[in-house]
Amino acid sequence: MPSKFQVTQRPHGAACILAIEGFLDAHTAPEFEKAIEQAVQAGNVRLVVDCARLTYISSAGLGVFMSFLEDVRERGGDLKVAALDANVYQVFEVLGFPALLDIEPTVEDAVTRFEGA
Amino acid sequence: MASFEKTFTLHVPSSTENLAMIRDFVSSIGARAGLDDAQVLRLALAVDEACANVIEHAYGSEQFHEVTIHGELDNDELSFVIVDTGRHFDPAHLQSESVEELVKQRKSGGLGLRLIRTIMDDVQYRIIPGEKNELRMTKKLHKD
Repeated sequence: MPSKFQVTQRPHGAACILAIEGFLDAHTAPEFEKAIEQAVQAGNVRLVVDCARLTYISSAGLGVFMSFLEDVRERGGDLKVAALDANVYQVFEVLGFPALLDIEPTVEDAVTRFEGA
Repeated sequence: MASFEKTFTLHVPSSTENLAMIRDFVSSIGARAGLDDAQVLRLALAVDEACANVIEHAYGSEQFHEVTIHGELDNDELSFVIVDTGRHFDPAHLQSESVEELVKQRKSGGLGLRLIRTIMDDVQYRIIPGEKNELRMTKKLHKD
C-alpha cells in the first residue's frame, strides 16, 4: 500500500507545468525529483508546479523544491508553486517557504507572472 | 471523566513504501482522540517525518530492519514513540540554519525535525546504547 503519486508535464505559454497529484512523501519524492530534473535538462527553466490535486506533502517533497530553486534561478528562470490546498500550504508556511518561493493561487496566475517578467 | 489509557502498536519493515500505512495508523488514533481533520493530518505528518528519518538515516535506507510505532492515548495527551535499532543521532546537535541558507546550499536536512517540533508539544529523544533509540513526541489534547 505505498503512497499514490503521479506527475504529468505539459507546456503552457511561456512555462512548463508539472502537475502533481496524490501524496508527496519520502517514498514518492524521487519520482518528482526525476520529473523536474528531466524538465530542466530539456531546457525548461520556467517551471510551475500545479498542486491542485496534491493532498499531502512532507519535508522530503519540500526538499525537492529546495534542491532545484537556485538552479533554475541561476539560469534565468524560476520555480513557482500554484493552487495549493490549505493543509498543504500550511506545511509550506510552517517552514517559511512563502518567503522563498512564489506561491500563486492558480496556474494561470503563475504563468502570467512569468509572462510579465 | 474516568481516566483511561490505550496503547496501539505497529511494526513495519524499514521501507519508505510503508509511510502510507504508518500515516493511516496514526490518523486512526488521532481521530479516536477526537482531533479534527487538520490536526490529524499534522499528527500523521510529524510521525511520517520521524519514521522517514529512521528509515533513511538510522537504517541508511536498508529495508530489512524494523520500525516500531507505539501510540499512547490517555485523557490528556496523545504520544507516539518511534523505536529503531539503527544509528542514533542527537537532534540537539542539528544545525539551526535558516531555510534560506539551506536553499542556497541545496540542503533539505533538518526540515522534518523542524516540522515535528512545530506540530508536537514535546519531543524527547532517548538512546539506549547497543539496544535501541526512541523518539517520543507528545500532543496535548486539551490546551488551556
